[in-house]
Amino acid sequence: MSLNTKPNLPDPDGFYADLLSAHEGLSTEDSHALNARLVLILANHVGNRAALKEALELARATV
Amino acid sequence: MNKIFETPLYPYTHHPDEDAETPVRHKTIVVGAGPVGLAVAIDLAQQGVPVVVLDENDKVSFGSRAICFSKRTLEIADRLGIGQKLVDRGVVWNLGKVFKGDEKVYEFNLLPEQGHKRPAFINLQQYYFEDDLVARVRELQEQGAPIELRGGCKVTEIDDCGDYVALEIETPDDTYDIEAEWLIACDGAGSPIRSMMGLDFVGRVFEDNFLIADVIMHADFPTERWFWFDPPFNPGQSALLHKQPDGVWRIDLQLGWDIDKAEEKKPENVIPRLKQMLGEDAKFELEWVSIYTFQCRRMEKFRHGRVLFAGDAAHQVSPFGARGANSGIQDAENLAWKLALVLEDKAPDSLLDSYSDERVHGADENILNSTRSTDFITPKSQISRTFRDAALALAGKAEFARPLVNSGRLSVPCAYDGSTLNGPDTDALPARTRVGAPAVDTPLGQGWLLDRLGGRFQLLTVDADAPDRLDVGGIEVERVAVSAAGNETLRERYLGDAASGVYLLRPDQHVAARWTSFDETAVRAAVAKATGRDK
Ligand SMILES: Cc1cc2nc3c(=O)[nH]c(=O)nc-3n(C[C@H](O)[C@H](O)[C@H](O)COP(=O)(O)OP(=O)(O)OC[C@H]3O[C@@H](n4cnc5c(N)ncnc54)[C@H](O)[C@@H]3O)c2cc1C
Repeated sequence: MSLNTKPNLPDPDGFYADLLSAHEGLSTEDSHALNARLVLILANHVGNRAALKEALELARATV
Repeated sequence: MNKIFETPLYPYTHHPDEDAETPVRHKTIVVGAGPVGLAVAIDLAQQGVPVVVLDENDKVSFGSRAICFSKRTLEIADRLGIGQKLVDRGVVWNLGKVFKGDEKVYEFNLLPEQGHKRPAFINLQQYYFEDDLVARVRELQEQGAPIELRGGCKVTEIDDCGDYVALEIETPDDTYDIEAEWLIACDGAGSPIRSMMGLDFVGRVFEDNFLIADVIMHADFPTERWFWFDPPFNPGQSALLHKQPDGVWRIDLQLGWDIDKAEEKKPENVIPRLKQMLGEDAKFELEWVSIYTFQCRRMEKFRHGRVLFAGDAAHQVSPFGARGANSGIQDAENLAWKLALVLEDKAPDSLLDSYSDERVHGADENILNSTRSTDFITPKSQISRTFRDAALALAGKAEFARPLVNSGRLSVPCAYDGSTLNGPDTDALPARTRVGAPAVDTPLGQGWLLDRLGGRFQLLTVDADAPDRLDVGGIEVERVAVSAAGNETLRERYLGDAASGVYLLRPDQHVAARWTSFDETAVRAAVAKATGRDK
């Protein structure tokens, strides 16, 4: 497996709060746009097609 | 003064074939004198194969249609004898700019790598390209080459009779029958021959309309490709501006799906749109306007018995990426040498199946690229628009997002990876000249490597020994001996870290097999494989 699905985030509550505050005051549409930019930024940072493919599959499987 | 595309170049004249008691049989007949039909006919004639080209029309393409011709097309054109003419007439460009709204988000340079005779792209009206091909046909005729071009000849019926094809032709005078051992259908995207044979042409229609206008203006825009997403003068849609010779500019405006095409095409509606784009005071004349809906589709196979399909008749792509005519020219060069060998009984006719396999592979690559570009340019759902806009918004700020912006991935030559004609390869030599790929140009003495390749099987030896000639069952393989000493470009492209290399090249300049040294048995086996004789 190239996707790390074990806990890997230091201070998960802190990250979660940052994520929500980044969206504060945005319309749903602007929030979607922010999320889309965030996905692209993070995907580039990961830079591993196999890991990204697994991530997409995992996200899709939880619909 | 008449425009070039209004002048009959090969008007109908009554032909003796029309009065023959029994239908005259020709070796090869090409239907369609567009860029692809003319290219394949010239290629065949240059190899001494008699060929008759039929077209219902007698002029070059109306309006300019294709404008970007790629390096590979120019290299093939060199072999067909018109490369220099095209480059002399064309406009060379390297810089592309991408705008979102009225802000530039990104700029790319095709960065022409040094050490190639031909530039990455030229812009040239399709009618000039065809005009140069017709002039080349005339030149070959003067030299006595077996090539004929008959205008005003519309194919109305076709029958594959097993060992020949029968055609019915309608002319301004009457109708007549002729026969061909092999028929090459280059009759365009609406291919009547494909329909007459009841063959499928499946794929995807993009539900969008584009206004394509060629305007003549004497403006100071630079020779660059400008692409806008959501410009102020065409909100929510896209636009493209690109220069052609003679002060002609290509303008593409996306219009959306729900429009009245006939209305939109009227000058009184087109001109205000263009003024919004070019400025109220811009002085321009409309040369040609058309509205297109784009499709990406192909035939399942390009060979059906004795009928071979090439160009738009076989496959169609959206124009983002300039892959239509450029890929059709690659069809033509792939087909011509194979058909010539089959007609000379030097290869089994199964070699022609490899034409279909290799060019289906090419078409799939083009369809994939052009579908992806079209999906980016004209997003089909809210979320695809959201991601598209995210990439555009980031591209101005962060370099990583620029490669995601897709305003058309420009045509690059197809490598026939995995082809049944491919012989042995070796990792010791560079990947870009791998088996299946077209030979890469490099400077050679005062000239260029590609000028010495093509038209026959050749053995390119780089600092390696081999006999000057090798006869492989009637196919002569000629050695081209070169040295990488003092030629770093050649070393990098053909040797890498190896001390020597031996490349077997097909008549279309693609690499059929390669080794680090000469081995006669291996070369003979590779020639057999590359000509379909080993089955
Ligand atoms: C707006 C636009 C922009 C484009 N830009 C580019 C670009 O930048 N680069 C690029 O590479 N491609 C581009 N293309 C695509 C390019 O124009 C085509 O791929 C190319 O013209 C295909 O050539 P062809 O010879 O296969 O067919 P065509 O050029 O369509 O020729 C077919 C010929 O067959 C003849 N014919 C048809 N039926 C019969 C019959 N029954 N009997 C006898 N003759 C017949 C016709 O008269 C015609 O001359 C563009 C296309 C469009 C529309």
